[in-house]
Amino acid sequence: MKDKIAEKLLLFIAFSAIFSLLLITFFIFQQGIPLIFKIGLGNFFSTHWAPTRGHFGILSMIIGSLMVTTGALVVGIPFGLACAIFLAEFSSPVVQKTLKPIIELLAGIPSVVYGFIGIVILVPFIREHFGGPGFSVLAASIILGVMILPTIVSISYDALMAVPNTYREGSYAVGATKWQTVRMLLMPAARSGIVAGIILGMGRAIGETMAVIMIAGNALKIPHSILDSVRTLTSTLALELGYATGDHRAALFACGSFLFLIIILLNIIAIKITGRK
Amino acid sequence: MTFRIGPRTNQIIAYSILLLMTLITVVVLFFIIGYVFKNGVGQLSLEFLTDKTRNMGKEGGIFPSILGTFFVTIFAIVIATPLGIGSAVYLVEYTRGGLIHRIISFGADCLAGVPSIIYGLFGFIFFVITLNLGWSIISGGLTLAVMIIPTIIRTTEEAIKAVPHSYREISYSLGGGKLDTILKVVLPTSLPGILTGVILGIGRAVGETAAVIFTAGSSLGIPTSAFSSTRTLAVHFYILAREGISMPKAYGTATVLIIIILLVNFIAYRLMHRFMERYY
Amino acid sequence: MIKVAIKNLSLFYDTIQALKNISLNVEKNEILGVVGPANSGKSSFLRALNRLYEIDYARISGTIVLDDTDIFTIPINDLRRRVGLIFATPVVLPGSIHKNMSYGPKLHRKLKESELDEIIFNALSAANLWEEVKDRLKDSAATLSGGQQQRLCIARTLAMGPEVIMMDEPCSGLDPISTAKIEATMLELKEKYTFILVTNNTKQAARVANRTAFFLSGELIEIDKTEKIFTNPADSRTDGYIRGKFG
Ligand SMILES: Nc1ncnc2c1ncn2[C@@H]1O[C@H](COP(=O)(O)OP(=O)(O)OP(=O)(O)O)[C@@H](O)[C@H]1O
Ligand SMILES: [Mg+2]
Repeated sequence: MKDKIAEKLLLFIAFSAIFSLLLITFFIFQQGIPLIFKIGLGNFFSTHWAPTRGHFGILSMIIGSLMVTTGALVVGIPFGLACAIFLAEFSSPVVQKTLKPIIELLAGIPSVVYGFIGIVILVPFIREHFGGPGFSVLAASIILGVMILPTIVSISYDALMAVPNTYREGSYAVGATKWQTVRMLLMPAARSGIVAGIILGMGRAIGETMAVIMIAGNALKIPHSILDSVRTLTSTLALELGYATGDHRAALFACGSFLFLIIILLNIIAIKITGRK
Repeated sequence: MTFRIGPRTNQIIAYSILLLMTLITVVVLFFIIGYVFKNGVGQLSLEFLTDKTRNMGKEGGIFPSILGTFFVTIFAIVIATPLGIGSAVYLVEYTRGGLIHRIISFGADCLAGVPSIIYGLFGFIFFVITLNLGWSIISGGLTLAVMIIPTIIRTTEEAIKAVPHSYREISYSLGGGKLDTILKVVLPTSLPGILTGVILGIGRAVGETAAVIFTAGSSLGIPTSAFSSTRTLAVHFYILAREGISMPKAYGTATVLIIIILLVNFIAYRLMHRFMERYY
Repeated sequence: MIKVAIKNLSLFYDTIQALKNISLNVEKNEILGVVGPANSGKSSFLRALNRLYEIDYARISGTIVLDDTDIFTIPINDLRRRVGLIFATPVVLPGSIHKNMSYGPKLHRKLKESELDEIIFNALSAANLWEEVKDRLKDSAATLSGGQQQRLCIARTLAMGPEVIMMDEPCSGLDPISTAKIEATMLELKEKYTFILVTNNTKQAARVANRTAFFLSGELIEIDKTEKIFTNPADSRTDGYIRGKFG
């Protein structure tokens, strides 16, 4: 009897996550989608964003988000994979035990701190050495690259560790070096996990907001070089939500719906790839 | 004659590059923390921690933000912990694969990937506007609760899975019911692992900006009730830094923030470590 | 007098049938030995009798009657209190010896501290462990030796006040001296309890069991007085197993 009640109660609780997800989906879409229908896809996917005057084009922000995300991946993938491989295959257990939590700590540092470091160090550095305003695609890419490192490292690391030891033994037995084993055997075997890590890292980069606002410059135009200022979907949301009303607010939610869809899509792909039991 | 690098040389080169890149990553981390500390530690004083914030943050301390962070975080944890643990218990103890299991884990996985600005939008339209809770500790806490549920679900799930099946068999064979077994054997044994999840959740809540700025607001007053608007440390730091109000105060606030995060991570790590030593 | 009557018992894990139409009676105050090669269904048999198979999501058919009551009509925690099970590897719960001992009794009823102490004393004494642990009841149970842990598991089961005690290869990981202690305990206790002893060690069955059942591939091949099984079995497969043909 007690057991039956407990089970029902737990089942109810267990739906809190999916229920929250549905609630989020519903409210974001309900606020945003009607506006898209009202103004039409042409307006919505144009480059002209002047929400107080009826122009709701988010294309330049989409391009901005794409650019900083790509940049983040360019920085984050090599470093992330290097750390994962180094940790999983070239480190003693003691080194693993020390380095892993250190790298995971990167994930714990608040995004505003990253943004701040960007403002006080990276932006001036870029301005002086490469020119431009400093607040740029480049600055955002580097900072975001560091921010997504822990995601890529920890998922790729788990994937590498999940490759059975018999593979390694077999490979060493035929005289392969460690690096050959990694490159020809372990990386392919762990490929799906690594890809999932990268996709989730990508999701983090697209969704990151505060750090990007602080260092990307937020100019509303399509950047021509990586030294130009850029504005992303997320920055627009955070910059304007505080004062937006009416259609403007709806437009922000439409923008959020678009972002949300992309993120959910990336998540689904990552979940499918890893086939989480 | 073609020049060919042997596999051993290749290995050495690869090793050096990997080592170098790993070192750079670690150095970057220490640099970030060290740089903030170097400029911020000097700002720390009892006064800074216990004083009201004056003149938008140019002067005074960060006491209201410490309070705000504390209340919003407590609120989030109190709500998210039972939901997260309950979900994880259900997932591990009551489902065996199957559709319900897949739906629930899918929900948790997706929720974990949702960026904080989306939580901010949602919290704003749902808690602040629709439920009319206004910019308040409640709205901020509820929003953060939704955000950290997946963290708690996942860590708890792992911790519960690590409890040996034989413990459950023993409990049942001694006449324990399912609930007895969960409450008296499974949960106590996995407690350190569960706490790790809760503490990581606290870390996320403390460091969060985008999700709280639109839900808890940015008022600098001392909160008087759960409906007071408040400005958490992370939000305060963001405003100080971005609006260039006061760099010294920004460094000081960031230092406090990082100390909290380091502490939280350290505790979580120690707990996890103890837990792993026991069961792996 | 019949303590447990089993009729047409079959047990399935998904598609695997682990028990095939087993019918046998367990006499009160006997030690019933159950022998058979690996995967013959011995453990599944025990887990059917206290319905522990349910946590593995197995299904059964047939009837099991304990003292004239169908076990499916007995509340499950009561059934498991009355029919105790000792596992092959001694599993102590995290925490002190005292905590391990009080877990079962506390599940079943509210107890005063003095009553609990008495139950623990009696159970540990009966399991021949009291002298060795009386000064360290608050110590972690994990600090005991393997043999002591297994006796603690027996004492833990005794503390619930069982009627039938089932043991699943209880000595498989133990040295000869610990094994002898446990066998001695069983012989002492059979006045009060009914034992079902699954064992891989045919000699152990020969030493302590009154009757012995031989299982093979989920079937009950034969059940008889232990001397009969070991000297003159009716089925040639039993003979082959006893002589070590199945290893
Ligand atoms: N939890 C389970 N899920 C699925 N199949 C199981 C499970 N437990 C046992 N089986 C299967 O049921 C059959 C009987 O197993 P059982 O453990 O009862 O044999 P056993 O005689 O106790 O063997 P052993 O001497 O190795 O302990 C085997 O084929 C086994 O693979
Ligand atoms: Mg067995």
